[in-house]
Amino acid sequence: MLNYIFGAIIILSVVFGIVTGNGSRLADSVIDGAKESVSLLTTMAGMMLLWSGIMEIASRGGFTKVIGKALSPVLNKLFKNVKKDSKALNYISMNVSANLLGLGNAATPFGLSAMSELHKLNNNDEKASDDMVTFVVMNTASIQIMPTMVGTLRQSYGSAAPFDILPCVWISSACALAVGLTLSKLLRR
Amino acid sequence: MEFIMPLFIAVVAVFGLIKKVPLFDAFVAGAKDGIRILVKIAPTIVGLIVAVDMLKASGFTDMICQTVTPLADWLGFPKEIVPMVLLRPISGGGSTALLTNIYKDFGPDSFAGKVASVLAGSTETTFYAIAVYFGSVKVKKTRHTLIAALSADLTAAITAVLSVRLFLN
Repeated sequence: MLNYIFGAIIILSVVFGIVTGNGSRLADSVIDGAKESVSLLTTMAGMMLLWSGIMEIASRGGFTKVIGKALSPVLNKLFKNVKKDSKALNYISMNVSANLLGLGNAATPFGLSAMSELHKLNNNDEKASDDMVTFVVMNTASIQIMPTMVGTLRQSYGSAAPFDILPCVWISSACALAVGLTLSKLLRR
Repeated sequence: MEFIMPLFIAVVAVFGLIKKVPLFDAFVAGAKDGIRILVKIAPTIVGLIVAVDMLKASGFTDMICQTVTPLADWLGFPKEIVPMVLLRPISGGGSTALLTNIYKDFGPDSFAGKVASVLAGSTETTFYAIAVYFGSVKVKKTRHTLIAALSADLTAAITAVLSVRLFLN
């Protein structure tokens, strides 16, 4: 997918740029873009390292399990065909709590295990079950408590209060998740 | 809100101490992972930022923005972030590149900058997640997943504008 997007962007911008007489700006943008991307990476590096370290402390202390326990009543309601204390629900709750903490790298393996358990419950059908749809929709919505990446980026571009967006992020995530989950329920047939 | 970050770090540290986690060892191990992630995303970021910068310099994004201006204005939607709304579900790196572009042009504390930030923080790369999760179990019929997920993305775009307008302006 990205291969086509990348190719299309490059070809489109060269053709469009030359036709509209933006050729010299286009030439500058190649050099500036490359330079800028590396300086962005270096400004992000410190925060990424710091944050990964902090979150490692949290996950070694079992933060995900604590959150998972708190979430289990909600998850039980959402996934009706999954038994309480089953492997599937356990993986789902680990996936959700890792996502909440912004541990994307930890969330994906849990999520893949959850999918394989849900697939078994669905008799390995090649058609998705209701629970699988609900679970994937949850993972396409962002439920991160601390969007560190965005905060770091804002800071590196000189924001006065990089995290002042937090309440808006929470509201927006909650609304998006609510719509996603509602539709994943309503559109079942 | 400015204390939330140090406060969160303190909470994690206290939690780690109670659970007898070797704080500094764990921190160092985690930070090592952090640099690995950074190295892993570096080529993507460089490639996509250059591509997006080229697209902007060619005048193409301006044209798109101008085309959607009447509709965006009518909806009260900042036209500067329309390209990002469109790219967000498809490519995480690409939308990050657009996000930094918005910061550069309008500033991270501008209205467009804030809305783009909220949008980036409250959405995921929808197509990627669907492909990875359903691909892992070889499920081809994903039924209503895509429509539900994309409606959620659209909701996020609308609530991003509304919440920033209500609480941050």
